[in-house]
Amino acid sequence: MFEVRIHGRGGQGVVTAAEMLSIAAFEEGRHAQAFPSFGSERTGAPVVAFCRISDQEIRSREPIMYPDALIIQDPTLLFQVDVFSGLKEGGFILINTKSTFDELGLGDYVRDWPAERLCTLPATDLGLKHVGRPMPNVALLAGFAALSGTIRLESVCKAISTKFSGKVAKGNIAGATEAFELVRARIESAGKESTHA
Amino acid sequence: MPLQPVKFYQTGTFTVGNRLLAPEERSVQANMERTNSLNSGHRACQGCGEALGARYAIDAAMTATKGQLVAVNATGCLEVFSTPYPETSWQIPWIHSLFGNTAAVATGIAAAIKVKHAKGQGKDVRVVAQGGDGGTTDIGFGCLSGMFERNDDVLYICYDNGGYMNTGVQRSSATPPAARTATTMPLGPEPGNPFGQGKFMPALAMAHEIPYVATATVADLRDLEYKVKKAMSFRGARYIQIHVPCPLGWGAASKDTILLSRLAKESGTFPVFEAEYGELTSSSKIRRLVPVEEYLKPQKRFAHLFGKTPAVETIARLQALADRNIRRYKLLDKEAN
Amino acid sequence: MLKQIEGSHAVAEAVALCRPEVICAYPISPQTHIVEGVGEMVKSGELTDCEYLNVESEFAAMSVAIGSSAAGARTYTATASQGLLFMVEAVFNASGLGLPIVMTVANRAIGAPINIWNDHSDSLSQRDCGWIQLFAETNQEALDLHIQAFKLAEEVSLPVMVCMDGFILTHAYERVDMPTQEQVDSYLPSYEPRQVLDPADPVSIGAMVGPEAFMEVRYLAHAKQMQALELIPQLAEEFKEVFGRESGGLIRKYFTDDSETIVVAMGSVLGTIKDVADEMRSTGEKIGVLGITSYRPFPIDAVRAALRNSKRVVVLEKSLAVGLGGILASDVRKSLRKLPIDVFTVIAGLGGRAITKKSLHEMFQKVITEEVESVTFLDLDWGVIDRQLERERQTRRSGPAAENMLRDIGTVASKIA
Repeated sequence: MFEVRIHGRGGQGVVTAAEMLSIAAFEEGRHAQAFPSFGSERTGAPVVAFCRISDQEIRSREPIMYPDALIIQDPTLLFQVDVFSGLKEGGFILINTKSTFDELGLGDYVRDWPAERLCTLPATDLGLKHVGRPMPNVALLAGFAALSGTIRLESVCKAISTKFSGKVAKGNIAGATEAFELVRARIESAGKESTHA
Repeated sequence: MPLQPVKFYQTGTFTVGNRLLAPEERSVQANMERTNSLNSGHRACQGCGEALGARYAIDAAMTATKGQLVAVNATGCLEVFSTPYPETSWQIPWIHSLFGNTAAVATGIAAAIKVKHAKGQGKDVRVVAQGGDGGTTDIGFGCLSGMFERNDDVLYICYDNGGYMNTGVQRSSATPPAARTATTMPLGPEPGNPFGQGKFMPALAMAHEIPYVATATVADLRDLEYKVKKAMSFRGARYIQIHVPCPLGWGAASKDTILLSRLAKESGTFPVFEAEYGELTSSSKIRRLVPVEEYLKPQKRFAHLFGKTPAVETIARLQALADRNIRRYKLLDKEAN
Repeated sequence: MLKQIEGSHAVAEAVALCRPEVICAYPISPQTHIVEGVGEMVKSGELTDCEYLNVESEFAAMSVAIGSSAAGARTYTATASQGLLFMVEAVFNASGLGLPIVMTVANRAIGAPINIWNDHSDSLSQRDCGWIQLFAETNQEALDLHIQAFKLAEEVSLPVMVCMDGFILTHAYERVDMPTQEQVDSYLPSYEPRQVLDPADPVSIGAMVGPEAFMEVRYLAHAKQMQALELIPQLAEEFKEVFGRESGGLIRKYFTDDSETIVVAMGSVLGTIKDVADEMRSTGEKIGVLGITSYRPFPIDAVRAALRNSKRVVVLEKSLAVGLGGILASDVRKSLRKLPIDVFTVIAGLGGRAITKKSLHEMFQKVITEEVESVTFLDLDWGVIDRQLERERQTRRSGPAAENMLRDIGTVASKIA
């Protein structure tokens, strides 16, 4: 079982991201469960969504307390919400930001982390570029696919097509593709650095 | 000798025999083929205005729909006296659900009929809903407004006797000001029901802009039949409010039921009119204007306004309300008066 | 056909396959996606021969359903929590009149304090109203139970509530197998009413019944639920034959036969409990799980048979009989009359409080070592409670209790669960 926790704010498509992740896994013939943790729905309020992926039927319904991966859609949450709570050691962390982990003040936290498990991505900018809206969720999903290797890019694109249509779907698929390549390139170079170091 | 036109005000079994009328103008009750939808044997009080009104109204609806009718009834006098277990006086399909949901239940029946008819599984059956003023204006208001707003194909008939009679004569929002009821006793500085703004359901129905709204009384039963039949010629939400005296609740003689309805109309206290899509289309003119006292005096529920020191101011206020109705609903024919 | 969709949409699609003729609904979280789903299907023409009415209150919704069902149409509605309470008079009316309405209850807590999250207090508050109550464990079962519900309702002439956990199931995306129209048609025939408002054969429905006959009329409703006890397993069997999977039935046993400790529960929490049971069994603990699917009629005999060889029973319920303890637990205790089995009540998950595997594991351990009282609350913050009680002891004008306690807890947004 692979468990992903997505943090963001209302209006950033956090819930949709979890749902699309589950659809992508479904497209690959796997079981997946996606659900949100509801606070009062307000734009801007912190939101958490969960997605479990497994080859067996998923029975448990508890919130994901010990995620294998974290997707953080809004770095302003870092010191407001305990986003890292329960994260498994060496778990994947993908943050929507143009800053580095160090610049975000997370240097200490990830000091001994395997470098190829960490990545940042300017997902909001990618959203603006490809669909004209500051929505980071699709790019982050594709970035997560590249980072974790748990789902393929084509599955992400299939999931995009179930949620969007027409020009928006096309734009999102383009954004997803660019995000996927970006993250792949970044972890490749991170891997090279760590082997050299 | 100059010819004097004679106008027969009351045609039918009262003053002139039915034989003088064209068949289509005759009362449904004069017809041997009438349904007797509310059959004899029910347990209504002697002189019950509601029983009279319901019999005429539902038989008229049955004639208009050629017997394709379902009736929904609110909890109240009519429901209780017409279905004393294990008997029922209803000869037509009839359902009683709750006190406040009559309009909604009728909506549901109309929806079911619509689907079945469209599928070719049933006839074009119409729906009539009926309740007293309590079940309509108070507890039933929400569902009624919803039915109006959706323009569901239901005719809702309200039998207005100004109070919760079945439970012992308690005040409703349709109780006239100054009237005595068990919850508005003639005591203290403002005896009887307090003066408020009133809650005249026909006006509220007009505000919903439904296809047809009308008022009627049991003093003019032909008019009542005409209005019910006319209502059934419309599709969509329709509302008729009938003034039905309650001898027990009003403290009136059981023989005075029809008289009291006539006085209510002739004093202007109860305006009789028709409206379509929110606009007044016709008024039943007052033929012989009477002061409100004539209407109030035969009812013990207003007895505290009279006697050694009559409540002159209160009576004046009631007169003012009647005058307002006359003006608002154009109840006086300028030529006649 | 396999689909990855939201629970509410799965239910909406399943209801549509049942060829409903009248659907009436009033929106309330967390049922909104269900009624929006069917509404859309009617408007787009995907669902034909169906009248969809937007009504002005839940009381109106149930009343419209009563009229529609009495006129012979297959009728559906949905609600939750406050909405269910608002229609209670009509809910009793529907079962009293024997109308086969099917209603989804997206289980949600009842206020005050207002709370939109899941627990079972809403449907359980109506446990004695005469409706059949079925509880779904998964979204697959939720959609399946609706199909079974129409058949059940129409055969026994009683309305049926299909209960599914609000948000936890309604808003969860998971894999479901959606049946075909042919499959549903072969299982569910068209509605043949026992009583119907028909000008060709007039009847009076809903007359007053006095002391001379009320007991008999009431007993009939009870007798029909006893009939349902036989029919529910039959319908589940037939369902399996047509659709190829186990769904519904009275109860579901999970390693109960050789267990010393059996956990009893309803709804989606069963999944989490089974994971914990597996973990505990792998270390040698003899623990099993009994899921109750048919809550009303309560399957006393089946529950007794399933639990009789255990040493102790833990009833884990998302409901509270204020002033008494457990609601489900009381029914379970009734099934175990005269048997020497300890029954522990664990009240959990009220108002959507997360039930974690960790907490369950610890609780079950404590039950096995008999370190808990017979009624206990899972993950209750005693500090918050004690501070509030102290506040009330100190001053008369202690203020609104809920608001005080929230202030104590601090910002909710910074928490995960």
